Amino acid sequence: MAYKAIVIGSSAGGLIALKTIILGLRKDFMLPIIIVQHISPHSDSFMARYFNQISPLHVKEADEREPVRSGHVYLAPPNFHLLVEEDQTLSLSVEEKVNFSRPSIDILFETASYVWGKHLIGIILTGANNDGASGLEKIARAGGLAIIQSPESAEVPIMPMSAMDHCPTALILPLNDIPDYLNKINQ
Amino acid sequence: MIQNDEHDQNKANLTQNIEIELFIEAIFRCHGYDFRNYNKAHIKRRLLFRLSALGLKSISELQHKVLHEADFFDIVLKDLSINVTEMYRDPSFYAGLRKEVVPLLKTYPFIKIWHAGCATGEEVYSFAILLKEEGLYDRAQIYATDFNPLVLETAKKGIYPINRIKEYTSNYQMAGGLNSFSDYYFARYDAVIFNQDLKKNIVFAEHNLATDSVFAEVNLIICRNVLIYFNKELQNKVIRLFTDSLTKGGFLGLGSKENLMFTEMVDQYVVIDAKEKIYKKKVSDNKYGL
Repeated sequence: MAYKAIVIGSSAGGLIALKTIILGLRKDFMLPIIIVQHISPHSDSFMARYFNQISPLHVKEADEREPVRSGHVYLAPPNFHLLVEEDQTLSLSVEEKVNFSRPSIDILFETASYVWGKHLIGIILTGANNDGASGLEKIARAGGLAIIQSPESAEVPIMPMSAMDHCPTALILPLNDIPDYLNKINQ
Repeated sequence: MIQNDEHDQNKANLTQNIEIELFIEAIFRCHGYDFRNYNKAHIKRRLLFRLSALGLKSISELQHKVLHEADFFDIVLKDLSINVTEMYRDPSFYAGLRKEVVPLLKTYPFIKIWHAGCATGEEVYSFAILLKEEGLYDRAQIYATDFNPLVLETAKKGIYPINRIKEYTSNYQMAGGLNSFSDYYFARYDAVIFNQDLKKNIVFAEHNLATDSVFAEVNLIICRNVLIYFNKELQNKVIRLFTDSLTKGGFLGLGSKENLMFTEMVDQYVVIDAKEKIYKKKVSDNKYGL
């Protein structure tokens, strides 16, 4: 398989967009998925529990030093940055916010790109800021596949538009087409 | 053509990883700071950030600077250390200490507390206030340590920007604070200074968890969001250091995403509060630890 992992960044409106993607994936979907959804620092891990209940994939909040496994979906914990290590484990950081965000999409995308290079897929979804734009650009420059939710299909189009500015070569897909596109890659 | 680009990208990445290892070795041998067992993704991000800020092309050039320019290491140390903290960060942790740990500390005539990796000291003052409110401060000796002398200077001053006081006041209340938070500081212009009497029993000192050893026997160690930067080997080493530093029945409080359960010292502790990551070193070797 050409691709080894998927990273997704989403912000305002992300819960519904993520649900569309996660529920649209085949139940034998193998590529590991790592997600940064901007979320209040004080929230608990309800999102991971909720997605895990409704999806056949294993959805969980990322733990430090956790190996990235196929068939799993990892969510960044509230108030921590999520990074990928060279040995394909996950690590956490409490360093300064990036783009006013912790977790930051750029940090996940950048570190994942170091590890998987051209074997990485990066996806930017709905949101009201520009986090993730430069991370997606890095993924594309390393030969990975950059996908952006079409602004028309996004609840808040600012983040997709900002990513399009940074990464003009990215594939633009309506939200509802993204899961099927990923399912075909996974075959 | 595209394939060549990708190949070059991969090769550049591998080269960069070699350079980072050499850089880390260089600062260890030249400056004594040991980052060899730190998670690398964070270090790589920080070094690449410094590289682009300086307009340099390779980490080898950074290595040259760190070996040959006297002051450059201060910048690198600042880049590589995490000094983000706040008063009563995770208020429920402090509420947990108040509920589960303080009642036992009250039974001792004298207590020693170690804040390991205290950064700029906000959490040290937070706990000092809690000790005062519980009537424990006057019989407490508090050690607050960090490996970065620059952040310790800030910690010693106890002066913080005023713009976060609203958030800190709310944290203080959620942590079970008994008084008005403003009792503990004076506001001047854009800063607050914490009361001098909070510092009376605090010793601020340099200590590096990766290279230094036991310096005291203590009843409580608070070390939050430090272990997440270490690999398994260094995590185990540091937990061994904590275990050797704790009295029998002493307490250990970690960060919300840190877990003693995956370290090799797990058998030495009982869980006091699983959610708040508060552990107690066993008093004896029987299975109940009593």
